[in-house]
Amino acid sequence: MKARVLVLRAAGINGDLELEAAFQWVGAQTERVHINALSRGDKKLNEFDVLALPGGFSYGDHIAGGRVLANEVRKLRGLKEFVSQGKPVLGICNGFQVLVKSGLLPGNPGDPQTVSLTFNASGRFECRWTKVKVEGKGLFTKGLPDVIDLPVAHGEGRFVAPDKVLDSIDSQVVFRYVDNPSGAMRDIAGLSNRKGNVLGLMPHPERFLTALHHPTRKKVPDRELGLQIIKNCVDHVK
Amino acid sequence: MSTYQHCQVIPFTKLTLKDLHELCSQRHWSITQVEARAIQAHFKKLKREPTDVEMETLAQTWSEHCKHKTLTSPITYKERDADGRTRMHKFGNLLKETIFEATRRVNAPQCLSVFEDNAGVVALNAKWAVAFKVETHNHPSALEPYGGAATGVGGVIRDILGVGRGAHPIANTDVFCVGPLDFGGEIPAGRFHPRRTLRQVTAGVRDYGNRMGIPTVAGALHVHHGFLHNPLVFAGTIGLMPRTVITKSVAPGDLVIVLGGQTGRDGIHGATFSSAALDDASPTSAVQVGNAVEEKKVMDVLLAARDQKLFRAVTDCGAGGFSSAVGELGARIGAEVHLERTPLKHQGMTPWEIWISESQERMVLAVPPKNWPLLKALCDAEDVEAFELGTFKDTGRLQVFFQGERVADITMSFLHDGLPRAMQRAEWNAPRPAVGRVVRRANGAALHWPEAGEKLRQLLGHPNTCSRAWIIRQYDHEVQGQTVQKPFTGTHGGPSDASILWPIVVTGEKAIPGIAVAMGLTVGAPDPYVGAVEAVDEALRNLACVGADTRKASLLDNFCWGDMRNANELGSLTRASMGCHDAAVAHGVPFISGKDSLNNTYVDATGRRHSIPGTLLISAICPIEMEQRLTAEFKAPDHPVFLLAPKKPGLASSRAVFDALHSAMEAGHILACHDVSEGGMAVTCAEMAFASGVGLELTTGNEDDGDELPFFEEGVTRFMVEVEPGREKKLLGLFKDLLCRQVGVTVKAAVLRVKDKGGRVLVEEGLDALREAWSATLPRAMDGGEPVRVGRPPVIGLPQGEISA
Repeated sequence: MKARVLVLRAAGINGDLELEAAFQWVGAQTERVHINALSRGDKKLNEFDVLALPGGFSYGDHIAGGRVLANEVRKLRGLKEFVSQGKPVLGICNGFQVLVKSGLLPGNPGDPQTVSLTFNASGRFECRWTKVKVEGKGLFTKGLPDVIDLPVAHGEGRFVAPDKVLDSIDSQVVFRYVDNPSGAMRDIAGLSNRKGNVLGLMPHPERFLTALHHPTRKKVPDRELGLQIIKNCVDHVK
Repeated sequence: MSTYQHCQVIPFTKLTLKDLHELCSQRHWSITQVEARAIQAHFKKLKREPTDVEMETLAQTWSEHCKHKTLTSPITYKERDADGRTRMHKFGNLLKETIFEATRRVNAPQCLSVFEDNAGVVALNAKWAVAFKVETHNHPSALEPYGGAATGVGGVIRDILGVGRGAHPIANTDVFCVGPLDFGGEIPAGRFHPRRTLRQVTAGVRDYGNRMGIPTVAGALHVHHGFLHNPLVFAGTIGLMPRTVITKSVAPGDLVIVLGGQTGRDGIHGATFSSAALDDASPTSAVQVGNAVEEKKVMDVLLAARDQKLFRAVTDCGAGGFSSAVGELGARIGAEVHLERTPLKHQGMTPWEIWISESQERMVLAVPPKNWPLLKALCDAEDVEAFELGTFKDTGRLQVFFQGERVADITMSFLHDGLPRAMQRAEWNAPRPAVGRVVRRANGAALHWPEAGEKLRQLLGHPNTCSRAWIIRQYDHEVQGQTVQKPFTGTHGGPSDASILWPIVVTGEKAIPGIAVAMGLTVGAPDPYVGAVEAVDEALRNLACVGADTRKASLLDNFCWGDMRNANELGSLTRASMGCHDAAVAHGVPFISGKDSLNNTYVDATGRRHSIPGTLLISAICPIEMEQRLTAEFKAPDHPVFLLAPKKPGLASSRAVFDALHSAMEAGHILACHDVSEGGMAVTCAEMAFASGVGLELTTGNEDDGDELPFFEEGVTRFMVEVEPGREKKLLGLFKDLLCRQVGVTVKAAVLRVKDKGGRVLVEEGLDALREAWSATLPRAMDGGEPVRVGRPPVIGLPQGEISA
């Protein structure tokens, strides 16, 4: 059976096409679903195996990156069950912001927000390829080497939290920057929930689908490490 | 005289010239005397006076911005060459006889729709086509740099959404021309410091492009004191569309549907104000207010509706608002619109304001009535406003109603063909001595080697050569996951000659070819003909460097010139157009679209006119197979490095270099290629070396034989290439009658070294220092300090030691 993947759309989400393409490349059955259709109940979360939240500027990132969409996601029917059943939830960039601001990370659905992603230390949007250390060993990181290259492109990607919280979530850190482009605390680039089935990350694995995407394509093994992360979501479902 | 409740009658037919002038300046119309007479005659025949809605419609549609009347009107061109010989030529329509003529003569097979629609459309493969358009947004960006640049991007994206039945935007380009960043004098009234302008236009492009989810992949920055009064902003968009949707049609009975944002008082008179000179009283209300998220919603719905075949035609609301969009779509049949149906941002707008408002993020569609409920449902599902403005009718008239009152009734034939063409005078006097390419040397006639290193660092740090990372890193150039050649190349990020999009996501096809995009820019060339030839050459060089076959390229032109009432400035524009024609024909590449921005002139308080230097941007796209891709950085030590160039001046020799180079690439002789541009081969070599960290050792030739190393010399069609060892002879064989000379060899040490024939080191510069010189300029100028670095310097890929070809 093919994994059924819901790629979430909303006003201002703009990374949905490449994320859908990535899931299709690894054999998933995909559907891009507008948040309005979920909120109205025209579509139901339980029809799907994977929930993917793409990058973009949902609702123009008004108030703060991902904030408005997070409030809509938080209210989605069936979300709690979806997460507790261990189905993979992947939030990239704006999707990560949504997961954090809806309380899905680092805790559980229904929890208040405890960490945030805010303006880069440089004060500017930054787009570049960056090195990321793979730390967590879980469903998303199977087959990944210790360090991978991924592109980042964001203005609000600096992970921040009080020290106490940072200490408590340390084991949930999945990716850490080697050359921290945002000034994120403890170099946090990606984080999962305690159970390990919800992952949010600022870098874009869906933009590293072929070796040709890599800036020095000839020098990397002919392996699409971004695609591997997507594939892991699908493999987990099978 | 009839009376109206909702509009004003303008007593126009009996106006004297003086009153006419006053009325025009009061209303921000740029109507010339000849045009006013034609309007007077038309309404005299109708035995009535025009309404304000009718006058506004004519003023918008007939504006320079919409009709390009300077370039399409007859011109008497007089030329005096450097030797005093004169000649004269009469152009009936300059654009048709130069740019279009080149396209007609080249007759390129890829052209599907050129100079007809909102963008040029060329074939990518049997199934897919590429649309490309570059707009200028100079006047708005001068008044309000952030909003001007942002809506420039928004506008050109809508051009792509409105080409044929809609293309999917896959990349943006941007070029900025601003005054000196270290300008210390008095800022002209109503203008901003060039640093502020650059910061704001960068932010405008960033915020609109990033939010739209369209990667900004290529661009340029040019700094020149002539842009202090009138900065230039060029914004381009590339779109992808199935070849089945490249045409549009409108049938009588189709509904005029407007999709997108509400209509407000922002952007009134944009078309007419941008057709005239600016002064410190130019209206900022003419600049629109952009909202990228609104446009993204419109884009999503529009492309979905296209794929469901819900509409027959689409165009964007750009300059002139509804008046232009409905007027254009209904040009061949006629249309009836009811303005009171328009959702408004501001209450109390008069019919003419609604009619010509350039509020952003609106598209106008021709929708068969049976499809309207489906389209409406699609819009409702995604919170996009859509309403029925009117109907296309087989009347041959543009009829505008407000609450049942007919406020405008103009025949389409007068609206579109009634514009009288005035003869214009153009003159070109060649400066003496004869202009040719000025050979620039570091120090007078002979190169003074001990100073060459310092000179090189200065050249690398020059604002027109330096790294644009400060700008580029603020743009998302990776979104959509199709950017396979990025603005920077190599482990350490040297400049890329061209970016390559590989539209696998939008098409879902891995066999699809890539699209290389590059540009060439000429500013204030002593001879605009030569400048145009060089700009075309530069754009094609950049494509050639990444491995594209430039014989398959397509070009766009953007002329930005000064005061067109000045015969000399029009003469220089004419000469540039002639250069474009000759270059395109010689290279066998067509122009597919263009957009000019004229009268970039600022009138200061004393009445002095400041015109920009004549500026021509050539943008180029070319299909490229993925296995042909090449990058500029040196790949490994101990490889021979060659200089390639024409031996004789002239376009034929240039063309031969392009062809030989491409053959050499196809044969696998070339490992890296970068063109010689500003700063000569010195800058080219430095960039190739510091991009990867592989050094270079150059050897000077023999000066007496005229064979010395042309270190800082600039010239057309020059390339530096790293050659696969053992292929030198084969390379030479391809470059018979052309210059093909080994000038050096790559080395392991991270240096750029020049030795004389005796082995004495003349110059030695560390690559880190060269990279630093290249990188530091904009951060220093814009942030007033050393480059801001979070974490480590930009290092991508694997450590240097692991580099292999």
